[in-house]
Amino acid sequence: MKSDESKCVNCQRCVSLCPTRALKIVKSDCILRENCNWQNDTIREVYKQANSGGVLLSSMGNPKPMPVYWDKMLINASQVTNPPIDPLREPMETKVFLGKKPERIERDKSGNLINNLPAQIELTMPVMFSAMSYGSISYNAHASLARAAEELGIIYNTGEGGLHEDFYKFGKNTIVQVASGRFGVYENYLNAGAAIEIKMGQGAKPGIGGHLPGEKIVGDISRTRMIPEGSDAISPAPHHDIYSIEDLRQLVFSLKEATRYKKPIIVKVAAVHNIAAIASGIARSGADIIAIDGFRGGTGAAPTRIRDNVGIPIELALASVDKRLRDEGIRNNVSLVAGGSIRSAADVVKAIALGADACYIATAALLALGCHLCRTCQSGKCNWGIATQKPELIKRLNPDIGSRRLVNLMTAWKHEIKEIMGGMGINSIEALKGNRLMLRGVGLNEKELEILGISHAGE
Amino acid sequence: MELEGKIRIPSGCAIAAVISREGNPIPGNLISEAMRPMHDRSNGLGGGFAGYGIYPAYKDFYALHIFFDSRSTRKDCEAFIKEHFEIVKAEIIPTEKNRAITDEPIIWRYFVSPLKSTLADLQLDEKEFVVRTVVKINSEMKGAYVFSSGKNMGTFKAVGYPEDIGEYYRLGEYRGYSWTAHGRYPTNTPGWWGGAHPFTLLDYSVVHNGEISSYDANRRFIEMFGYKCTLQTDTEVITYIMDYLLRRQRLSLEEAANVVAAPFWSTIEKNRNIPERDKLIYLRTMFSSLLITGPFSIVLGFEGGLMALNDRLKLRSLVVGEKDDRVFMASEEAAIRTMEPNAENIWAPAGGEPVIVTLGEGVEN
Amino acid sequence: MKRIYVNEEWCLGCHLCEYNCAFANSGLKDMVEALKGKPIFPRIHIEGNEKISYAVSCRHCTDPICVKSCIAGAISNKDGVIVVDKNKCVGCMTCILVCPYGALALNENGVMQKCELCTRNSDGTPACVKGCPNNAIVFEER
Repeated sequence: MKSDESKCVNCQRCVSLCPTRALKIVKSDCILRENCNWQNDTIREVYKQANSGGVLLSSMGNPKPMPVYWDKMLINASQVTNPPIDPLREPMETKVFLGKKPERIERDKSGNLINNLPAQIELTMPVMFSAMSYGSISYNAHASLARAAEELGIIYNTGEGGLHEDFYKFGKNTIVQVASGRFGVYENYLNAGAAIEIKMGQGAKPGIGGHLPGEKIVGDISRTRMIPEGSDAISPAPHHDIYSIEDLRQLVFSLKEATRYKKPIIVKVAAVHNIAAIASGIARSGADIIAIDGFRGGTGAAPTRIRDNVGIPIELALASVDKRLRDEGIRNNVSLVAGGSIRSAADVVKAIALGADACYIATAALLALGCHLCRTCQSGKCNWGIATQKPELIKRLNPDIGSRRLVNLMTAWKHEIKEIMGGMGINSIEALKGNRLMLRGVGLNEKELEILGISHAGE
Repeated sequence: MELEGKIRIPSGCAIAAVISREGNPIPGNLISEAMRPMHDRSNGLGGGFAGYGIYPAYKDFYALHIFFDSRSTRKDCEAFIKEHFEIVKAEIIPTEKNRAITDEPIIWRYFVSPLKSTLADLQLDEKEFVVRTVVKINSEMKGAYVFSSGKNMGTFKAVGYPEDIGEYYRLGEYRGYSWTAHGRYPTNTPGWWGGAHPFTLLDYSVVHNGEISSYDANRRFIEMFGYKCTLQTDTEVITYIMDYLLRRQRLSLEEAANVVAAPFWSTIEKNRNIPERDKLIYLRTMFSSLLITGPFSIVLGFEGGLMALNDRLKLRSLVVGEKDDRVFMASEEAAIRTMEPNAENIWAPAGGEPVIVTLGEGVEN
Repeated sequence: MKRIYVNEEWCLGCHLCEYNCAFANSGLKDMVEALKGKPIFPRIHIEGNEKISYAVSCRHCTDPICVKSCIAGAISNKDGVIVVDKNKCVGCMTCILVCPYGALALNENGVMQKCELCTRNSDGTPACVKGCPNNAIVFEER
């Protein structure tokens, strides 16, 4: 048996399947001469570009050693003055409703409360699977996400590739996305889901559109995207009908009209420098939910330089948006969803305590489906049947297994969230939302603490 | 050490309350004495009382009770009040020297009425204007602290044990239709008078035993509506929540209780009464950030009544008893027995179920 | 009765079932020791090509023609599981000729062997089912 190290992407498929654990993938010691400034990868990228003359492409989230603020925040627990609550003995609630909350109650003539809540998304736990299009991931990956979302009572997101006809039946667990390419968008699609998401940006590539090459637009994908076979699917960087906030407002209300005000509208934006001001504008645009995607969020393909250098961490973006909306008294106009590398139940708890209503996860969901984070999605040859459209690879992902593993993962996280909440003496997730006293920073400077709105450990 | 407001101070406590359903006068020393058997639930770092119906002669005026740290602060504060209020009476609150009570601030009360012209200028209703003034003085005027601002009611609080504080303020000389009391066991405080409880806003007063785990979620939400949690205490935030729900949103007491101690979703789903179930779902969804978790037992005092409420798991003790026209509430039965040795129908209300007593009506549970 | 079923939709043709079968029936504790450098004689076989593949093993027919055809009385129906008594088998291969599924084969000693649902060697779940990475082989009641 021979192997060609130049082709190995370290997907670990061979390692995982070998019944005798006889294989391991090791780092080649054939590297360029060590140099702290000109590192191996940097030099290789120069060679690559010198060969090709092209923009470098990458996939999944930013791998650079940037600060991960989740890991610099610690969670509180009760001792003596108030009791921790045992989730095995007492109810521990994780249900959330996402959507706008009216300013005032209303009563009918006989004094009964009128339900004046606009449409809401109901989730059994504050986690949703975030947008991954059919095209960027496989039919079986979508089937796994949809089935798991239904079983869990949460939501998955179509991404911008339209909704495959087989998945309309999962409508109440689906967010349908309207992105700049408007692929697959028509009346039934808009009405098929539990909510509609306008994708303004993505954490992995803020300010950048998307491009699915024509050779991938075949069969079901062409039908679902509603574009001819073989034509390139180009998502422009901006929505060409949204050049300003008032245009966004028009699209929000167009979508609401099209769905008779029965669907909450989510506006998804990448975390960029003036995210607080952007969010404030969106909160006044009629949107019901703002989804913020941090710079470590994943992608099926993004220009390397954009992915690694544009945008800001979700922790800081979330904290400043939540604060700004509260300062302006409009936090109740919208729910906040945080995404962009939420890796564990602890990250979820920290995000909620910073002020999120719920979290979006995608990379973690793909890991559950088998992804080993080899970061070569852009090749379309995903060995795990996820980020590929090759039939022989797609079939490697059996949705029976995929959906079960997703359900397992979310069930495990839910247990952990309950344990952590119980430790804090909190028995309902809404009492954790924005509860920043439950967080302390370690190794953060004054400015970082100020932006996060938390004290340092020991204070 | 830092004052309340600079740092969050958890505390355990004792609470007690009494009301005459028929509005008969009850002397203040009754409630003061009730705190004596619960001495060990406090640690001498704070206590206080709120009495309702105690200022019948000035019932149309807001009674501002204010602590001052110096004469000059008082002068400045008085000048500030005079800009927007008519002061019909200003006096030192009578006290009696007590060996256990030291470091007293200057304690005054003012019976005031907002100037019509100011209200018209600001397009505010009277109560909202009083609230804003109180918040302004407490957050911006160093050394002045308004600790009571309702009509025909007053709060009396200090650093010390509650029974000593009752004597210090000569509570036996006041008659009210209802009283609430608090003895504090803070885990860490320099002993600041303003930090003692009850905490009040307008005629709402709250005495509270517990440490709520939802504090910062509640605080950051309620502060969107103009409240400033300057003390960082549970009692303060609970008072603001009650003011917001009852006065601003005009919820009923039961509805407010269903917000702050909302039934569990599993309980709501089991409710066969569909309109009732939908109402509970609505209230929980609409005011999700005002759910209070963690242990608490509170007595909310308001014009014309009292409401006792436990957290939904009942993590703190609270008992209720009755005798003739009087209803008693306390952390311990001993306190009730001190007020009325022959109290009847003593029961421990279930977690999340409010006990509401109003003048002229029965006990709702 | 629970039987082994295969679903070609999910079969990846990875042949892991063959190795797991041969290992399970080897009686050895270590797979490398059991299989390395030796011809293997699994009781399940992958058929197909690059486009489609599926595993073939005994279906434990309710009216098994192999039992009827055995000239030595070596194949019998034991509570629905069709089993071979290797001491009786004379290696005439009649059963191989008659099985419509091609599910029988000779073992390394020239004696008949077939899938017996791992009834003689494991904990109740056939090794091929347990080891299939894509749920293409299932053990269930139908």
